[in-house]
Amino acid sequence: MYKYDTYDQQMVDTRVAEFRDQVERRLAGKLTEDQFKPLRLMNGLYLQLHAYMLRVAVPYGTLNSEQMRMLAHIARKYDRDYGHFTTRQNIQYNWIKLEDAPDILADLATVEMHAIQTSGNCIRNISSDQYAGAAADEVVDPRPYAELLRQWSSFHPEFSFLPRKFKFAVIAADEDRAAMRLHDIGIQIVKNDAGEIGARYYAGGGMGRTPMIAPLIRDFVPIAELIGYAEAILRVYNRYGRRDNKYKARIKILVHEMGAEQFIAEVEEEYKHIEGLNLDAPAAELERIVAHFADPAFADGLSDEIDRSDPDFAVWLDQNTHPHKQPGYAIAVISLKPTGGIPGDASSAQIDLMADLAEQYSFDELRVTHAQNIVLPHVKKADLYAIWQTLDAAGLATPNLDLISDIIACPGLDYCSLANARSIPVAQKIAKRFADIDRQKELGELKLKISGCINACGHHHAGHIGILGVDRKGTENYQLLLGGSGAEDVSLAKITGPGFDEDGIIDAVEKVTDVYLGAREEGERFVDTYRRVGIDPFKEALYG
Amino acid sequence: MADILRFRDDEAHEEPAVTLDAFLDQSNATAVRLEDGEDARKLIPYLDRLALIEIGFSAFGDGRGYSAARILREHGYTGELRAQGDVLIDQIAFMRRCGFDSLAPEKPLDPADAENALARWDAVYQKAADDRQPIWAKRHA
Amino acid sequence: MNILTGNDLKTGDVVWWTGEAWSRHVSDAAEMGETAPDVMAREIAARAVSDCYLVDAERTADGILPAHIKEKIRATGPTVRPDLKLAPADPAAGNWVI
Repeated sequence: MYKYDTYDQQMVDTRVAEFRDQVERRLAGKLTEDQFKPLRLMNGLYLQLHAYMLRVAVPYGTLNSEQMRMLAHIARKYDRDYGHFTTRQNIQYNWIKLEDAPDILADLATVEMHAIQTSGNCIRNISSDQYAGAAADEVVDPRPYAELLRQWSSFHPEFSFLPRKFKFAVIAADEDRAAMRLHDIGIQIVKNDAGEIGARYYAGGGMGRTPMIAPLIRDFVPIAELIGYAEAILRVYNRYGRRDNKYKARIKILVHEMGAEQFIAEVEEEYKHIEGLNLDAPAAELERIVAHFADPAFADGLSDEIDRSDPDFAVWLDQNTHPHKQPGYAIAVISLKPTGGIPGDASSAQIDLMADLAEQYSFDELRVTHAQNIVLPHVKKADLYAIWQTLDAAGLATPNLDLISDIIACPGLDYCSLANARSIPVAQKIAKRFADIDRQKELGELKLKISGCINACGHHHAGHIGILGVDRKGTENYQLLLGGSGAEDVSLAKITGPGFDEDGIIDAVEKVTDVYLGAREEGERFVDTYRRVGIDPFKEALYG
Repeated sequence: MADILRFRDDEAHEEPAVTLDAFLDQSNATAVRLEDGEDARKLIPYLDRLALIEIGFSAFGDGRGYSAARILREHGYTGELRAQGDVLIDQIAFMRRCGFDSLAPEKPLDPADAENALARWDAVYQKAADDRQPIWAKRHA
Repeated sequence: MNILTGNDLKTGDVVWWTGEAWSRHVSDAAEMGETAPDVMAREIAARAVSDCYLVDAERTADGILPAHIKEKIRATGPTVRPDLKLAPADPAAGNWVI
């Protein structure tokens, strides 16, 4: 993974000093809250329902054991002993004090971490495929390109006061494991017929209040023009994105209102001009970054044999591991969705444990997934049983990857000042209702996503089953949506009808899974059956 | 209005800035003012006779002026480029990078804070309208 | 009744105006009456709180109860982490939230 050079280290250190100065000026009264707020947001510090919340960046979801241990340390020293992994591969702490924030950033900087631009109207964390560098289906590892974009977008002088936030996702496989089409810019790294690497650029996707799938902007941007092309899109957005209405300010609204064709024309026109400015780094810089992502020293000739005699281990093995490109190795997924637990939360002890496992078994590397789980990307199959035993003892071995209890949930009204309804209790109740693992396996792949308000941080638009919490005359109410997907078969979920109360929504979820079981054909997932039979049989079961 | 911070050696331009519409009507103005969102590209044919372009920032969170400034510099404008309005300490380093060489804040800037802000960043990650070499260029010099 | 709430600027703690000072306990909150605009302006200028706003509430046998569920949760803590509630030792604290 990427290692800072002295320039990178100096930049994060300078940023810490800058923020420390900004906090001092705020506390001294030189900055009003209105003036200070964008500055603290650009350092990941929100004011939330109970306290300040700090969102620490995990660039493209990749970190090592030393960094993981620092995250545990921060939870213990400055917070309440736990952290929350997010749908953008970051981590959040919910009980931060403003007066501690500069010290926290200083601690993070000692392990090449930061909270730069994890909030604010600027370019945010660049997300990527959690199996990058390990999966067999990728064209190249997408993360060097994400790193190039990360550096380019950090402290960008033209794009730090955009109409609204801006999110990139970068993948390099046809299977989309990063919900790429639902980002402001989505990039698929591809090879053309001549074997040259380039970027397939999409723009104008997003969830939130008005979900949209990003249209294709250009099929092949030569990799040497990756940054220049991004600049062209950002400049068009900065100049023309709406600033009159916060809820109409994302690039997806601009693309929609202009029409994709006209938007593309604007971008290409801008790019004709930008192309001549030589904004892209030379090939040597990409090579320098790529070298950091070279394969670890995999052993050759390892056996693919695994002893399955422990039945609980076998269940976990079948559900929570993914094929690795190197024979004898596997990708292991650590579930942060124990039955009845809080999706994405991990205690400092659990975080330390995962660090230890990575160091011992996974070439010192971990990934955060946008589904709020943790990945050990490079494990020997021979080590899987020992890993599972350790995870099981720590409550981290729930074998539910991509099953109904592997729920994506935003923090909701329990934590978030934007929320209208609680999401975590709903997730807990659903997981308990479907606790029987055999029942979950019977249902198969079922991506259930819960948002506590229409900002959609729980990605409910992209759920096979999506739940949206709303405020109905001061009471929490839950709408049920069906048929969304954030994968390469991207689609937006559709609302079924009137909402349900907190108990009713659990029953509603059960009813639609029953409809699926009754109607499905061989090999169909829930979302496949829904797409074949349509919404009516589900509505019938829900509303009679 | 508070003092103007100027980073140029030449004499300050005396002639007041006219609005964009007025400028495009007139043939002899040498100073023009753009409001947020007005199209800087309309000035491209006239850059060599402009001595001062002032860009208004009605609210510090409205970042359109940064693009306007860079566009003007990219097209070869060498005259004075002034940021006027809600210009605060924590934006001036970005403004300098986008090509502004004078700042006219509505409220006075603390001189020590301004000096700190402008001197803070030893290195930069990307090319902009200033002549600072980005880190990637230094790495492969 | 109308009570005033904010977040302590330095710590982020949820606080309630008692009439004289900021308290972390909603049951110390005072009816604001006409005094709200002056108090708000003064406390923001004094940098005691980052911001503050009025909240609808009622006095009950169990203390002061904010009207809206969001403010109830804000007053007591996340419903899914009883150990992180403002009064974790009190099993009855916040029962009236839901």
